[in-house]
Amino acid sequence: MSANTQLAAKYRNNFLKEVEEQVEMGDWVKMCMQCGVCSGSCPTNFQNAWEHPPQEIFMMIRAGKREEVLTSPSMWNCTSCYNCIVRCPRKLPITHIMHGLAEYAHRLGLAPKMQPTRFFSGLFWKNATRTGRVNELKLSLGLYFKDGFAQGIKNGLVMKNVALGLMKARRLNPFELFGGHKCRDQKGIQAMLKKAYEIERQRKAAKMA
Amino acid sequence: MAEMKVAAYICKGCGLGERLDTDALVKVAQKDGKVPMVKTHDFLCNADGVAMIKNDIASEGVTHIMIGACSRRAKTEAFFFPEAAVARANLREGVIWIRPDTEEARETTQDMAEDYIRMGCAEIKAMTAPAGNTNTGTSKTLLVVGGGVTGMTAALEASKTGYPVVLVEKTGQLGGWAGKLWRRVPVHEPFKDPAEPGVADLVSQVLADSNIKVYLNATIAKTEGAPGRFIVEVATESGATHTEDIGAIVQASGFTLYDMHNLPELGAGKSPNVVDQAGLERLAIEAAAKDGVIRRPSDGAPVKSVVFVQCAGQRDPSGKHLAYCSGFCCNASIKQAMYFKDANPDVDTTIIYTDLRTPGNGEDFYRSAQEKGVIFTKGRVAEVVPNGQTATVKFHDLILDDANATVEGVDLVVLATGQVPNSGVNIDALTKPQVEGQEAAGGDQGAVEVKPVSILNLTYRQGPDVPQLKQGFTDSHFICFPYETRRTGIYTAGPVRRPMDIAQARDDATGAALKAIQALENAALGRAAHPRSGDLSFPKVRLEGCTQCKRCTVECPFGAIDEDEKRFPVFNESRCRRCGTCMGACPVRVISFENYSVNSVGAQIKAVDIPDEFSEKPRILILACENDAYPALDMAGMSRNTYSAFVRIIPIRCLGSVNTIWVTDALNAGYDGVMLMGCKSGDEYQCHFVKGSELGRVRLSKIDDTLKTLNLEKERVRDLEVAIADIERLPQMIDKYAAELAAIGPSPFKGF
Repeated sequence: MSANTQLAAKYRNNFLKEVEEQVEMGDWVKMCMQCGVCSGSCPTNFQNAWEHPPQEIFMMIRAGKREEVLTSPSMWNCTSCYNCIVRCPRKLPITHIMHGLAEYAHRLGLAPKMQPTRFFSGLFWKNATRTGRVNELKLSLGLYFKDGFAQGIKNGLVMKNVALGLMKARRLNPFELFGGHKCRDQKGIQAMLKKAYEIERQRKAAKMA
Repeated sequence: MAEMKVAAYICKGCGLGERLDTDALVKVAQKDGKVPMVKTHDFLCNADGVAMIKNDIASEGVTHIMIGACSRRAKTEAFFFPEAAVARANLREGVIWIRPDTEEARETTQDMAEDYIRMGCAEIKAMTAPAGNTNTGTSKTLLVVGGGVTGMTAALEASKTGYPVVLVEKTGQLGGWAGKLWRRVPVHEPFKDPAEPGVADLVSQVLADSNIKVYLNATIAKTEGAPGRFIVEVATESGATHTEDIGAIVQASGFTLYDMHNLPELGAGKSPNVVDQAGLERLAIEAAAKDGVIRRPSDGAPVKSVVFVQCAGQRDPSGKHLAYCSGFCCNASIKQAMYFKDANPDVDTTIIYTDLRTPGNGEDFYRSAQEKGVIFTKGRVAEVVPNGQTATVKFHDLILDDANATVEGVDLVVLATGQVPNSGVNIDALTKPQVEGQEAAGGDQGAVEVKPVSILNLTYRQGPDVPQLKQGFTDSHFICFPYETRRTGIYTAGPVRRPMDIAQARDDATGAALKAIQALENAALGRAAHPRSGDLSFPKVRLEGCTQCKRCTVECPFGAIDEDEKRFPVFNESRCRRCGTCMGACPVRVISFENYSVNSVGAQIKAVDIPDEFSEKPRILILACENDAYPALDMAGMSRNTYSAFVRIIPIRCLGSVNTIWVTDALNAGYDGVMLMGCKSGDEYQCHFVKGSELGRVRLSKIDDTLKTLNLEKERVRDLEVAIADIERLPQMIDKYAAELAAIGPSPFKGF
């Protein structure tokens, strides 16, 4: 049984309770009073980038719309500007709740696969944990080719002049593509990450039980 | 009456001496005003000036004083001569402060001042010092009608102040609605949990108070008289009546919950599991007597899921149900949801609201409910469908815009239905003339009237209860005098006046009790209550001239005038507020006050010097309401906002006191225009005498006929609605009107 079906079964119709127990800062959701200041304050919300603004997501959680919330791309649009947290009259940590929901949806495998923020987050994590250092060239190339080879070439051509400028200024080394820099203690880094994964896995398993 | 001796005093202070030719003013007072004794003073309101006047009263026998200085609203303490009649010519706020200090303005400014001196001299001769009403009563007992929280609070507060109270309660026990509550909304820090209602404590305080006489199972059979001398018959269950001498009355007859059976679409009457808020209180009290678990009425199973429907039958735009918000029900539903959550956090409690309104410290209470896990859903409930032991609540989710949202498997539905005032008979509906032909069509009009039982059974000519304003709530001046009804000495408090909760009702009760005490004390001294508090003048009628037309008895906004068996008016002075509406209404002009009469204003109108039509000096008469318009004009002066020098302003007690003869006289005398300044009338009235400005406007709307017979343009009379804040607007409106009149040209009546 997948984590998703397991949790859905555990909380049956009470999605609010599921969010309160499973999502980081989820116990704040009930305190929203639907004033909409968060939605009005969000700098990324000018062109309806958010299908469901934060206060609507809170209402959907209370209304038990589990599938719609967890598969929504909305909370992935958050840029962590913290405007909503500063302005919320009820002091809800909205930014953290958005990240918490996104992480939970990702954990259950419900988050939209090719949502750019989610894609980039995965890419970044893989890139950074491989050697302990971020390889910027590989990271940007990975993002360029997100939507296929042809689109990747197009994206590259658009950024061509920037790249050439960076090369002239010696800020970009094309040879980084082959190997690149590494941290010194590769074994130590991998052991550390392994331990961190282990702790995180235990913590979540305890929550889900 | 003693010989009349008039003296005029003209002040030279505050710049009057520099801006005006005071020697010329003295001559005007002597020659045109025909006042032989005229004195000037450099600083009339200082100790020396006042001593001069007092000395003249004592040694010279001066009885009538005309003071040409500042506005009658200024320096009232210095110029206080209770033994003499006093008139004031407003030379400061009314002349030099509203005129520019320039060479070319000097002549018209001086004209203005001279006219005000003439007017003051004419007015003072038409006045006598008011002696006070002698038909007074001295009862200091307060009658409180209604034994709920409001009534008991009013009784206790009055008793603590030292006044005896008679408390009349319709049912067999004190407490009212609040007595049927399990818990109340908290009024103390930290506003987190429902609190003890405290009603039992109030009841025991009332019963233990030897100053409070309680009648249970009793109603008011008859109320007659006036403040200070009401005679009230209390009918008790046994059929006996007790007569009480009463000074003033607090009506705290409360409310009835809007009948949920008018809401069948919300399941009321279809399932025992749909209750109103009072029904849930009953269930909670029953539960508390047993194991504390609230059970659904249909089968006694513990409630696992409850939905509260806010605004049930309230804020209804269709006109079928209550149009207003009752203000208390959001907090009450939050409190009731906590009954469930505090006993068992696993009970699902959902409050479906359109706008959550939590007055007072309700915001903290609301937050506490959220912390306890009460779900708040913004939506409009369309239907409650009972289905066996449970029900489905169908609603339109307003945040998610989901028209088909539902809550399934609900054990209990609570409808927040709101307050309907127990205000007795709607006397306006009784007296409203039936329009022919409409009677048959509106056959169900009588059916709407649900409470035909009178509460006070007043023997007043205008009807047995206090007048209502909107939605059955009793009329009161919302902004300025909230407890003051249109029956002097009778104060309404609590939800009969407007929807409110316990905390507000207790404040209301305290205020009303203290106002009632003021009223009975004023009545004993023969003085007026609000807004001319302390006024000793009262309407005097020359009955031999009366034609029994009944206009005064019908129009009096306060129902002060009854009729005797020969249909002559009977003035109950203690019920009168001294607005003068009767005086304005009287077609034969037999009603007057000692210091305010058709003659005292008429003489001022005639005293103004009307220059001929070639002088290019028009004259505009302004009759300004003393409550709002005149202070606004004074304040315009204080702000040095200038206006035309051609206006002559006479303060009047109310637009309702304007007798049309003043307008006709002014036009006949050659004034170019007459401007009337009164407060806003209608449902959103600002008139201090409630109906005065409205009645005045109705009367003046007929002036067009008079203008036609005089062959004058209808622009010659202008009605202006004024609020006290119109300090900038008023001078502009005056100048605009002056320009309009200049365009029409001079009045053809000049020089006759």
